[in-house]
Amino acid sequence: MIEAAASQTKFSGLSGRALAVVLIVLVAAAALPFALSTYQVGLATEILIFGVLAMSIDILAGFAGRTSLGHGAIFGVSGYVVVYASAQAGLPPAVAFVLGVLAATAVAVIFGLLAVRTSGVYFLLLTLALGMIVWGICLRWTQVTGGENGMRGDVRPAFLVDHRAFYWAVLAGVTVTSCAMWRFVRSPFGLTLLGIRDSESRMKSLGYNVPLHLFVGFAVSGFFAGIAGAFYAMFNNFVSPSTVALAQSVEGVLMMIAGGVGTLFGGFVGAAAIIALENLVSAYTERWQMVLGLTFILLMIFAPEGIIGTLRALFTRKERQSTVSTKGH
Amino acid sequence: MDRRKFLKASTAALTTLGLGASRSRKAIAQTGPIKIGLLAPLTGVVASGGKEMVEGVQFYLDQVKGEIAGRKVELVIEDDASNPDTALQKARRLVEQGNCHMLMGDLLANTGLAVANYVKGTGTPYFIPIIAADDLTQRQRIRNVIRVAGYAASAFTHPFGDWALKQGYKKIATISQDYTFGHEQCGGLAQVFTEGGGEIVQQFWHPLNTADFSPYLGQLADLKVDAIFAMETGADATRFIQQYASFGLKGKIPLLGAMNATDQSVIRTLGEECDGIIAAAHFAEGSDNPATQKFTREYEAKYGKIPSLYGFSMYSGIMWVAEALEKLGGKVEDRDAFLDAVLKTELVGSPLGKTVKLDAYGNPIYDVMIRKVAKRADGKYWNVPIGSYPNVSQFWKYDPETYMKQPPYSRTFQGIKKA
Repeated sequence: MIEAAASQTKFSGLSGRALAVVLIVLVAAAALPFALSTYQVGLATEILIFGVLAMSIDILAGFAGRTSLGHGAIFGVSGYVVVYASAQAGLPPAVAFVLGVLAATAVAVIFGLLAVRTSGVYFLLLTLALGMIVWGICLRWTQVTGGENGMRGDVRPAFLVDHRAFYWAVLAGVTVTSCAMWRFVRSPFGLTLLGIRDSESRMKSLGYNVPLHLFVGFAVSGFFAGIAGAFYAMFNNFVSPSTVALAQSVEGVLMMIAGGVGTLFGGFVGAAAIIALENLVSAYTERWQMVLGLTFILLMIFAPEGIIGTLRALFTRKERQSTVSTKGH
Repeated sequence: MDRRKFLKASTAALTTLGLGASRSRKAIAQTGPIKIGLLAPLTGVVASGGKEMVEGVQFYLDQVKGEIAGRKVELVIEDDASNPDTALQKARRLVEQGNCHMLMGDLLANTGLAVANYVKGTGTPYFIPIIAADDLTQRQRIRNVIRVAGYAASAFTHPFGDWALKQGYKKIATISQDYTFGHEQCGGLAQVFTEGGGEIVQQFWHPLNTADFSPYLGQLADLKVDAIFAMETGADATRFIQQYASFGLKGKIPLLGAMNATDQSVIRTLGEECDGIIAAAHFAEGSDNPATQKFTREYEAKYGKIPSLYGFSMYSGIMWVAEALEKLGGKVEDRDAFLDAVLKTELVGSPLGKTVKLDAYGNPIYDVMIRKVAKRADGKYWNVPIGSYPNVSQFWKYDPETYMKQPPYSRTFQGIKKA
């Protein structure tokens, strides 16, 4: 708690510098398509999308202390609705996008109602089970979802068909979304979630309605996962049960952990690390999943707080050392 | 060594390893070899089939010493992990980063459909010797997606339904894995069988990876049917055939299978419980055709197993592409000419021992053989032809336009004619 408070004051104290960093990162990200091949731009788009998914999971895991294994399903539902609405029902892409996000939020509301009264491993299991139900529906409701084969269609609007244009659109969307998430976790509401994470009973005795806060937190998190899902559907022009499967949820959680639980923006770093690794290693060996597994083990040994978490710790140490040395002079 | 030192040292070691790996990447040449991107599930639920797909392609390339039409062939193999999202990502990589002239492969229909949807936008030629989804050569054709040396799922069960009628079967029950490939194969059989006066008594759909078939077998035994048609792949097929025998149904009710249920990839591991199952297919490894015998013998000598559908199809598929390229003088860069050449090519060297050509919809026309699982002299089981239907179209005897007006086969539409 003390550590968290310290980093917070520092963050708001350095808001000018932080803003500069954010701007530089954004400009660099916007310039990426000029330096990369179309395939790499595709990967970068994917990283942005999965970054948002990982961040939405982090809202619950890092700030409310509830790790969800159902977010892949929420993410995928949005994708299904987007593809269905545009390819089957013939609605314009923007409407399909909104419907997808709404559907994901609705699913998150249902999940939330059932899951918020649990915590720890029970929360994990309940969200896992709910996700499996969604997966089962997508797999078996063949007439609507296309079953195992999934659904295809040209979901992107004409002006976003080009790789770069789509990347910039996603970048803009993701920037707004991450800004909203950042504001959310730092709002009084977000701080209440932090309080619940640290001591549920204390928050209860202080008069906070814990289940309601968790429920709203879950719904908001689902809303953001839905945005990621809608982008993903547009990116692939395709959706299938593997998008809502448990593996998708696990991948999101792994990205969040790799980046650093409770760091929010770590989601992007985790997504970048995992997607880059997947693509780099699979070019050399069919055992790429093993390499991925080993990397996770190493990561957990050497950087249990995730990439961003560890970097932040290193930074703090460096700064403390430099202040010590200046004092010494 | 304390913890910090250990961390530092190992980090340094890992970094050097990483740098070394990235330096060894080769520069991509702009001209020169014909680059073929091969997508196969090397991990995931159907990994064993995926490995045989790669073998089939390599077997052919070894025979031609890695050269087609005087140009070297560079084969880039990527694992689709039996997952459509991964398949899509790998296809993008092969096309956009690897600059492959064509894509080939994928095993599961959902992976193939995902890649097909992608290449619709890029125009990259994509060959699918294994993907059987009917609509890729029927209602949702894509010009640059061609089923060289493959088959449409319902193409072989149409004649199989006719054959069942000729055996005097009046009542059949079907059991199948509950996904599109199963729906399509059962639908083909059900439509022809019921239109010819037969009756489909009941259809069972079970989830993929069913461990215990006894609830289904119990009901099947009570139905008093003349034959049972089973559409199973992989481990489900193995389990179904074993449990069918141990349930005492073998020899009592004739068992008909989809071609994949008695494919080598399944019966290779089975004993006498698979003896006598009948299936319809274009390829029968136990055929006495000299070309088939030669292929089976050489493949077995090289890989130590009788070739399965996967090895055979990929082998024939790459041969098809090669024969088309020979005609073009290896000019793979001219996509339109290349696609036209592939569509017009009549495959001469096929292990089927007969020239194979495509219909107007990009699906091959085969002689469909009715094959029976029998014991070879050395005790291994294989499929031996016992009858055949020459030149079978994917539309059977229907008019293509009328046929495509009916909905695609699904769990709810099986083409069953009401009596």
